[in-house]
Amino acid sequence: MAATTHPAAHPPSRRGLSARAKENIAGWLFVAPVVIILGLFMLLPILMALWVSFTDWNGQGSPFKSTVPMAGLDNYTKLFTDEGLARQDFMTSLRNNFYYVVIVVPAQTVLALGLAIVVNSRVLKGKTFFRGAFFFPSVTSSVAISVVFLFIFANSGAVNGLLGLFGIEGPQWFSDARGTLHLLLSAVGLWDIDNPPAALLSGGPFGLSWWEWLSGPSVGMMTIIILVIWTSSGTFMLMFLAALQDIPASLSEAAMIDGADRKRVFRHVTLPMLKPTLFLVLTLGMIATWMVFDQVYVMSQGNPAKTTLTPAYLSYRTAFRNFEYGPGTAISFVLFAIIVIMTLAQRWIMRDRGAPGRSRAAAAQREV
Amino acid sequence: MARDRSQARTLASTFLGYFVLVFFALVFLYPFVIQIGNSFKTEPDAAANPLSPVPEVFSTSAYERVFLGTDLPIWLGNSVLVTIVVTVARVLLNSMAGYALARLRFGGRKAIFSALIAVMAVPGVVLFIPKFLVLNQLGIYNSYTALILPVIVDAAGVFIMKQFFESIPVSVEEAARIDGAGVFRTYWSVVLPMARPALLTLTIIAFQGTWNEFPHSLVAVQDPALFTLPRGLADLVSGSLGVGTQYPLKLGAAVLATIPVAIIFLVFQRYFVRGANEGSEKG
Repeated sequence: MAATTHPAAHPPSRRGLSARAKENIAGWLFVAPVVIILGLFMLLPILMALWVSFTDWNGQGSPFKSTVPMAGLDNYTKLFTDEGLARQDFMTSLRNNFYYVVIVVPAQTVLALGLAIVVNSRVLKGKTFFRGAFFFPSVTSSVAISVVFLFIFANSGAVNGLLGLFGIEGPQWFSDARGTLHLLLSAVGLWDIDNPPAALLSGGPFGLSWWEWLSGPSVGMMTIIILVIWTSSGTFMLMFLAALQDIPASLSEAAMIDGADRKRVFRHVTLPMLKPTLFLVLTLGMIATWMVFDQVYVMSQGNPAKTTLTPAYLSYRTAFRNFEYGPGTAISFVLFAIIVIMTLAQRWIMRDRGAPGRSRAAAAQREV
Repeated sequence: MARDRSQARTLASTFLGYFVLVFFALVFLYPFVIQIGNSFKTEPDAAANPLSPVPEVFSTSAYERVFLGTDLPIWLGNSVLVTIVVTVARVLLNSMAGYALARLRFGGRKAIFSALIAVMAVPGVVLFIPKFLVLNQLGIYNSYTALILPVIVDAAGVFIMKQFFESIPVSVEEAARIDGAGVFRTYWSVVLPMARPALLTLTIIAFQGTWNEFPHSLVAVQDPALFTLPRGLADLVSGSLGVGTQYPLKLGAAVLATIPVAIIFLVFQRYFVRGANEGSEKG
């Protein structure tokens, strides 16, 4: 990561300071605004918030006065070990966000890869237009787009109108708290959603019953899932597209000459070359999906029946709506820990990206 | 025979390719068509025919009401002000820092760069309450300063500029330095002009990011006179409008929030594309 190029010679200075000293001062002057702003509005706030997460500050006055009641680790234990509403809400938000991640990440990755492959096809024309069309939703305002989707998924809105054309009666999206896994397995006959099996209702970890853990994303949550897949696929498509364009045409041509058909070239040449990008897209997706907030704020505010509550929104609501800053901050830090783990996993997986993909592609080339 | 078959296969796959492209173009663009169409409808019309992009009666009453009956003009003004100030500041400050980290030798450079990489990994959503705390403590909560100051630099922008400066040859700068130009003169009149493509990418990312920014305004201000457009729009939707769903009005306001970025996107698409791919390289 270190810079490899430096001005080789330092001309002697005309005034008192040596060129070295001048460069030192200039360097610090150049980075000073960035260091000060990031220190003041990122580092300092995090330290302040860490303190607040150990208190029961209610938003009145300064959180650093001695009159502010200390909570110790209570704000954290309430989320994991103490029975109560705080833990129930937090675990519900983790469950909701987990199902959200499990659907959004694979769906957006597959869609992005598929679109990139089609857009990259050499025989098709209008590439720039289609690439732009798929990418455009990614650059627009999340709030504005959420407003559009509120309208589209309204009870008598466009989506239900479209479903009606096929004779399907669409659900009341934003007020339907039923879990889709519940519905799905109910339709298959594994269980009855109106009469859940008693064994699953009676117990379960962290204050939620097994039945609640196994709900799947609610119908309401599906609207946010669809919206996010729709908005984020374009960006990831561009990453795949850049990677596809980096693959030398000679590689697949050589395989074709060797008699491999297109499917096998894709499996044994293209896909291995895309592996680093695939990992990147998956891990970036895993990180981004744990941060979902704007869409929840605009579209559902955690409703229906808390099934779109996510840790990010819950922390906001706890602090700014209920004025419980200590617990709200504690939720932020747990979320921070989740995201840090995802980020470290990403950096670990990507630590020498490029190399394995390339050597394996070369090996694959020999195989076909 | 074999050649005919393979030709037929190519034709079929071309057809399939276009079908996929057109289908997804519709999926990705039709919501915007619906949005614009319905913003020119009357409320009963929008409620009865939400799928149709064409109004039964063309009406601009949603826009009239949004401009005359809500605070939207103020939000629009705030958004323009904040976006311009933040974009200019980011381009200048990020490029200065990026240049220093790429080219200047000064004590602590490596430490600052490592800190920057760490900062990039801090997710915005966990900073809501922390940011509010510090703004509150500094006594600038609920002011333009709170809206602007915390976001005038961003670690990712510094990173992009550093990568860029490392990719261009150092010889021109050396010539200027040997001629006796100081560091700042060299930067301003030799380096910056060379960096135009990177600066444009940075400008566009900063503009788009700031114009769309929502959560920061949520924790920085509470006075509706200080709302930016996304914040005001979120407020309209969550029920400050009173009776009815008023979808044409909300969609009209959303159209206004989308237009500036849409125009920039149409003109500078390749810089957006470059920005997205730069983003992928920082990982």
